Amino acid sequence: MKGLPPVLITAIVLVAGFALCAMQFPNIASTRVVGNLLTDNAFLGIVATGMTFVIISGGIDLSVGSVIGFTTVFVALAIERWGMPPLVAFVAILVLSAAFGAAMGAVIHVFDLPPFIVTLAGMFLARGASFLLSTESVPITAPVYSTVSDFALRMPGGGRLTAIAIVMLAIVIGGALLLRLTRFGANVYALGGNRTTASLMGVAVGKMTIKIYMLSSLLAGIAGIVFSFYTSAGYSLSAVGVELDTIAAVVIGGTLLTGGQGSVIGTFLGVLIQGLIQTYINFDGTLSSWWTKIATGVLLFAFIALQQGLVALARRPVVKSAGAAS
Amino acid sequence: MENSPDPAPPLLEVRGISKSFGAVRALQEVDFTLRAGEIHALLGENGAGKSTLIKVITGVFPRDAGIVRISGEEVAPRSAKAALGAGIATVYQEVNLLPNLSVAQNLFLDRQPMRFGIVREGEMRRRAKALLADFGLDIDVAAPLGNYSVAIQHVTAIARAVDLSARVLILDEPTASLDRHEVEILFGIMRQLAQRGIGIVFVSHFLDQVYEISDRITVLRNGRLVGERETVSLPRLDLIRMMLGRELAETTSARASVTEHKAREICASFEGYGKAGYVAPFNLELRHGEVVGLAGLLGSGRTETARLVFGAERADLGQAKVEGVPVRLQSPRDGVRHGFGYCPEERKTDGIIAELSVRENIVLALQAKRGLYRPLSRREQDEIARRYVKMLDIRPPDPERPVGLLSGGNQQKVLLARWLATSPRLLVLDEPTRGIDVGAHAEIIRLIRELCDEGLALLVISSELDEIVTYSDRVVVLRDRAHVEELAGEAIDVGHILAAIAADGAATAHEGRA
Repeated sequence: MKGLPPVLITAIVLVAGFALCAMQFPNIASTRVVGNLLTDNAFLGIVATGMTFVIISGGIDLSVGSVIGFTTVFVALAIERWGMPPLVAFVAILVLSAAFGAAMGAVIHVFDLPPFIVTLAGMFLARGASFLLSTESVPITAPVYSTVSDFALRMPGGGRLTAIAIVMLAIVIGGALLLRLTRFGANVYALGGNRTTASLMGVAVGKMTIKIYMLSSLLAGIAGIVFSFYTSAGYSLSAVGVELDTIAAVVIGGTLLTGGQGSVIGTFLGVLIQGLIQTYINFDGTLSSWWTKIATGVLLFAFIALQQGLVALARRPVVKSAGAAS
Repeated sequence: MENSPDPAPPLLEVRGISKSFGAVRALQEVDFTLRAGEIHALLGENGAGKSTLIKVITGVFPRDAGIVRISGEEVAPRSAKAALGAGIATVYQEVNLLPNLSVAQNLFLDRQPMRFGIVREGEMRRRAKALLADFGLDIDVAAPLGNYSVAIQHVTAIARAVDLSARVLILDEPTASLDRHEVEILFGIMRQLAQRGIGIVFVSHFLDQVYEISDRITVLRNGRLVGERETVSLPRLDLIRMMLGRELAETTSARASVTEHKAREICASFEGYGKAGYVAPFNLELRHGEVVGLAGLLGSGRTETARLVFGAERADLGQAKVEGVPVRLQSPRDGVRHGFGYCPEERKTDGIIAELSVRENIVLALQAKRGLYRPLSRREQDEIARRYVKMLDIRPPDPERPVGLLSGGNQQKVLLARWLATSPRLLVLDEPTRGIDVGAHAEIIRLIRELCDEGLALLVISSELDEIVTYSDRVVVLRDRAHVEELAGEAIDVGHILAAIAADGAATAHEGRA
């Protein structure tokens, strides 16, 4: 039902793109490449799942990139300098980031401010805080990092499904179920449809707003931990601009930027499309990696145009002019 | 129909409700009684207090005084949600549901059948289907609500309300965007619900529908209760008198007696002019030096006619002529180009720009007419502003004062000045005297006459029949979005106008709406 046609189009683009790439570089069609693609984009998939909830509810979260950056620095310092056991450090940062998101949600609801502004402030705040902690890259040498990095499920064909890829897949599936099957998920769509109406129909709009931004920041925190595993370091400049890649993935996945429609699966496909472009450029070897951005930009334009078209089409038959007062 | 006084307390009892917004008294000591199983029409013109009463009952606005009882028990809901909890549900003209969710989700939002924290989608759809079947609807409940017509959305909203165990159902203008067939379906459902013992408050400005469906009628005017009557024993003329607040006063046209009806030059004419679903085709001739009044109830098509004449709305039928030459009026720009001016009813939202000065507001239309490349110099602007401030006696006489700081009457004059500065041949005034004090009122009427004597053609909308009778040379009466009668000369008096409004319009009622 909700936003299925756009998702289908995203799927078709992904399959067609994959087929084209595989025709030029047959090696792309291997579990080895796919496994790497999932690993490289694990943090993006996680944070994009959270962003999907935010955007469907009619909001936006610009702070996620900074939260990832802050998380990597915090985790690195906590383990390497402050001597925290890694697990304790993880729990601490997740609590911290969830609280951060809840606070943004509360500010958005209580002061009735545009999410764009509030999360923009959150973005500067989190990025600034990470510089305050450390301006240099802090390598993480804890044994659990090498253990986890070494762990992988062997896929047929020699590909490795790494721990962080598994975490990402689990979160995508969990997010999709949460959005599709629960009351919370239905309320997210309701909020994106019309906040006032949703509130009149009994949805606790304030609580929902807080929960949604909390979920987004929590997932950004998890993405930050995953990122620290991926790079084995904490750096205050990591994940700069990731919020925009994330929004791009969500929109390419068929979620309406104005809210009310979309799906986690679509977002996942959007992440894979971005990953595929990156992989293609790596295989080609002669192209600048900035071509990823250009291709993403073109795709974004195409999808936004497509959505506007679909929205216009959907609105046309139903709306009748209501009787104006004389 | 009620016939015996029943001992049980009424379903909904409202006593002595008052509500003020600042200095404006929106409701004064209003009583309202709704019995179980009745359909009760709540009527009144613009500003009568219908919406305020509904919002006070449902807790959207806090009330200043008065009590609300449901089945004898006092309730004081503080939100629409709390009102729903007390058994009062409201369905507004703008359906308050979510078009992006499925019909089933809309019906069960926030109370979906659950198991282990998961919505039982199948069970929810089954229940939704069963619920809607009660209302004679057999639709795919998994499809987004927005895919369905407004009528189905209304029924869905009603079904949700009823399923939430509402005992009082308030329908605010539910038929305004429905066609005749859909209205029939809705009425069928309303009757069925009334039989189940639900009390329905029906707000509408379609009097034919009110007579068709309601058992009793309560009329409000200017925030006060005018009366409550049984529908069958209330003649239409009496109802309209209650709504407009007129005893058949003997005011006759001052102009008709002074100026004999002579053939004046035609300024603009409209033949078979109309737009489907907006206003039925009409013929209208506007002459230089003549005031034509548009009379009718709220929603009868007066403003719609004005907007068509000015070009603010595109006609899809008929021919417009200016000074005998056929023209096309497709936008306000066209109207302005042909020398038309339009002062809308909603001064605040559609007319003045409160932050700009009197001078800037006055030169606005003239500058727009001249175009961007021929700007008015500051000297010219000052000159124009000074002239009109003097001519219309705008107070305080300071052209640089922001218009928002002026009184309503003076704002109206600024609006008039704006159009007069363009030297129009035709001026359309929509409720020029609404919301301004008595002194300014008389002055606006004096101005209307003066302008007319100078050869301007005027088309004036007003709910004040006295007023319309005073200055009009001819009066066009509208009902249900059609021009039904034109009165001229001696025939213009309040009694005739009321009679024309009240005439049984069963034959023409829904023309052009289906």
